[in-house]
Amino acid sequence: MTVEFKEKFIEKILLLIAFSSISILALIAFFIFGEGLPLIWKIGPKTFLLGGRWVPGQGEFGILPMIIGSFWVTFGALLLGLPLGLACAIFLCEWTPPWAGMILRSAIQVLAGIPSVIYGFWGLVVLVPLVRNYLGGPGLSILSGSLILSIMILPTIISISEDSLKALPPSYKAGALALGATHWETIWRVLVPAARSGIVASIILGMGRALGETMAMIMILGNAVKMPSSFLDSARTLTTNIGIEMGYATGDHRQALFATGVILFLIIMFLNTLAIVLSRRRVG
Amino acid sequence: MRINRKRYLTQNVAKILIWMAALSTMGVMALIILQVLSEGIPVFSPRFFLDSPRSMGREGGIFSTIIGTIALTVVAIVVATPLGVGTAIFLGEYTREGRISRVIRFGIGCLAGVPSIIFGLFGFVFFVIYLNMGWSILSGGLALAAMILPTIICTAEEALKAIPYSFREVSYSLGGTKWETVTRAILPNAIPGIFTGIILGVCRSIEETAVVILTAGSSLIIPTSLFAPVRTMSVHFYILAREGISMEMAYGTGAALILLVLFVNIVANWRLNRYIRKRA
Amino acid sequence: MSLRNKVSIKEFSFYYGSVPALKRINLEIRANEIFAIFGPARSGKTTLLKSLNRLTDLVYGARHTGTILLDEKDIYDPKLSLTQLRRRVGIVFDLPIALPMSIYENVAYGPRLNGITRKKQLDETVGKALRSGALWEEVKDRLHTSALRLSGGQQQRLCIARILALEPEVLLLDEPCSGLDPISTASIEETLTRLKKDYTIVLVPHNIQQASRVADRAGFFLNGELIEEGTAYQIFTGPKEKQTEDYVTGRFG
Repeated sequence: MTVEFKEKFIEKILLLIAFSSISILALIAFFIFGEGLPLIWKIGPKTFLLGGRWVPGQGEFGILPMIIGSFWVTFGALLLGLPLGLACAIFLCEWTPPWAGMILRSAIQVLAGIPSVIYGFWGLVVLVPLVRNYLGGPGLSILSGSLILSIMILPTIISISEDSLKALPPSYKAGALALGATHWETIWRVLVPAARSGIVASIILGMGRALGETMAMIMILGNAVKMPSSFLDSARTLTTNIGIEMGYATGDHRQALFATGVILFLIIMFLNTLAIVLSRRRVG
Repeated sequence: MRINRKRYLTQNVAKILIWMAALSTMGVMALIILQVLSEGIPVFSPRFFLDSPRSMGREGGIFSTIIGTIALTVVAIVVATPLGVGTAIFLGEYTREGRISRVIRFGIGCLAGVPSIIFGLFGFVFFVIYLNMGWSILSGGLALAAMILPTIICTAEEALKAIPYSFREVSYSLGGTKWETVTRAILPNAIPGIFTGIILGVCRSIEETAVVILTAGSSLIIPTSLFAPVRTMSVHFYILAREGISMEMAYGTGAALILLVLFVNIVANWRLNRYIRKRA
Repeated sequence: MSLRNKVSIKEFSFYYGSVPALKRINLEIRANEIFAIFGPARSGKTTLLKSLNRLTDLVYGARHTGTILLDEKDIYDPKLSLTQLRRRVGIVFDLPIALPMSIYENVAYGPRLNGITRKKQLDETVGKALRSGALWEEVKDRLHTSALRLSGGQQQRLCIARILALEPEVLLLDEPCSGLDPISTASIEETLTRLKKDYTIVLVPHNIQQASRVADRAGFFLNGELIEEGTAYQIFTGPKEKQTEDYVTGRFG
């Protein structure tokens, strides 16, 4: 009887552990919403989301410029990161001489291991002056931010796309080649479309990564609170808004930063759910 | 024949573009690493590692930030490993695919995507203020633990999945209970995989800045208890670079940071290979 | 050979989901005999074997009707300890599955679960089991090296020794020689014949020749049904049923 009791007891403990792991997500939601929602209700969701002015000193909290800023930077990062990442994934799956694949693979591992502050710093000392000197503007800009982000999301995009390309049955390739397609036509017309749900999932996760990046963006975006009008303008994102001001904010101001976190959290949850649903469909 | 020529031309152009993409990825990696290391390594000296920062970090070394990094990472790993491995064991061995496991898996998937700044906000309002732990090693370590938990769970679950079903059958057939089977026949063989997840967690803890700055503070004093605030190497690097305190020290700290992460990875791989060889 | 019944299978049916794997089996297995269960693939042999120590419990969605008695006691009695049952009824699978640990640890796995932790006692048990499994001479100098370095035949004998270390009463063997060369097979068969004075053995042989070489009695299974049982001599030389005869003479299967 004691053995059975011990087994039951262990099972309950493990269940408890598993639930406490996911209860962290609930706790996060509870505390972020608890701090942020009151302010959103106080000034009205519409003013908060669509207001163009962020002047904490005067109690004006509109985060539209940050939302726009976040999407510009993320869009820019995908514009560059997606073709680059997809090309690298194809390189790893299809055309690689083994030595080149190994080098690229370790390069990607190292890229994934570089701390984001280092990316930000490198952008600041190398990219920002280049942009300022050759393209004009302050240099601290959406363009610099997007360039850095596109490198930062590469490991995510490459590894997930590569997995989904690798998971395809070999018969797809053999079939296409047997019908007289060139190797490239096989890749581009058969393999890539067949792996598309995995590739889309990689894009979404890359997007999440880009939207969530904070420290690197604080260092290179310039952080101006205004509607960006070109890729050479400086900007502020949802994350950097929190990161810059959290250190000294109090009262309503602090709540407004948590409210910014609420919006960020909701966007990310939406993207996550999308990615999870998509990758589940790939399995099923 | 003309059509075929065109098709092969397309193929060759695509091949060249793909090679260029691969080469530029490698190139960018090399550029970043070399830039930071070449400027940073000349700053290294015994005193750089063994002295604590003076006058905001303009002078002295980075000793206290190394201590801070180690302290936070240790707390994070010590908390996250049992939680993560326990969750993975529950998912892999104790439930069948069903509603409970789907809910847990979904929650972990979502947690994995939460941006670090949100973990920072959460750690700040929950550990620092609500639980009144202040800016401290404990607050920072717990917030980091929450952040690396999904990584540890996913890698541990993969590791458990890779153990052949027959091992379980053998253990049960020898009169093992479920828990005995897990601890004696499954876990020892899953250790390399679980270890990989822990190393990933270590690296993420070392690198993380946003979470730490909001939960552990940025004190330069060498901590004496779990409730003391600390500054990690990443935070130190960020403050040095962003506030323009000292580019020289920033490069030095950055280079140390990169080398530390690479070192952890290499040592982990080496230990892992030895472990696998010893058992085979 | 005594005539006491060790295992009694009564009206036993088994289903994977809605697919029947065994249909109303009635069978007595006597103490200290080697009973061979033979028949073509997918005839329910392995399911029957795994039902005898309830390894079938691990399969999701499986269920059974009827019952199985071990020494006149119902093995499906909810009060009965499953781990105790599995210690009394040991199984060896068709492929040798050595756990990735040392030879010594493999054999000590069961006794340790049984609560034997004293080194001296453990050493004795392991030594004895390896001797009865006819492996001792080959491995006595390298007990602490990995079991995965043994050959296939040695690994299978290790699996037998691993079961013997638990001193079970019934030994179930599921095609224990299927992946082995003739010399290893001979050595395992010899081991089995020697073991039967202490154990009751239920064997799924990997061919009819093997069954006729080692079995005392045998039962022929087809599509989940027990077609015929009897002494090995009778079944292999003068089967009563047409289907058995067809199978034994090699007309199908």
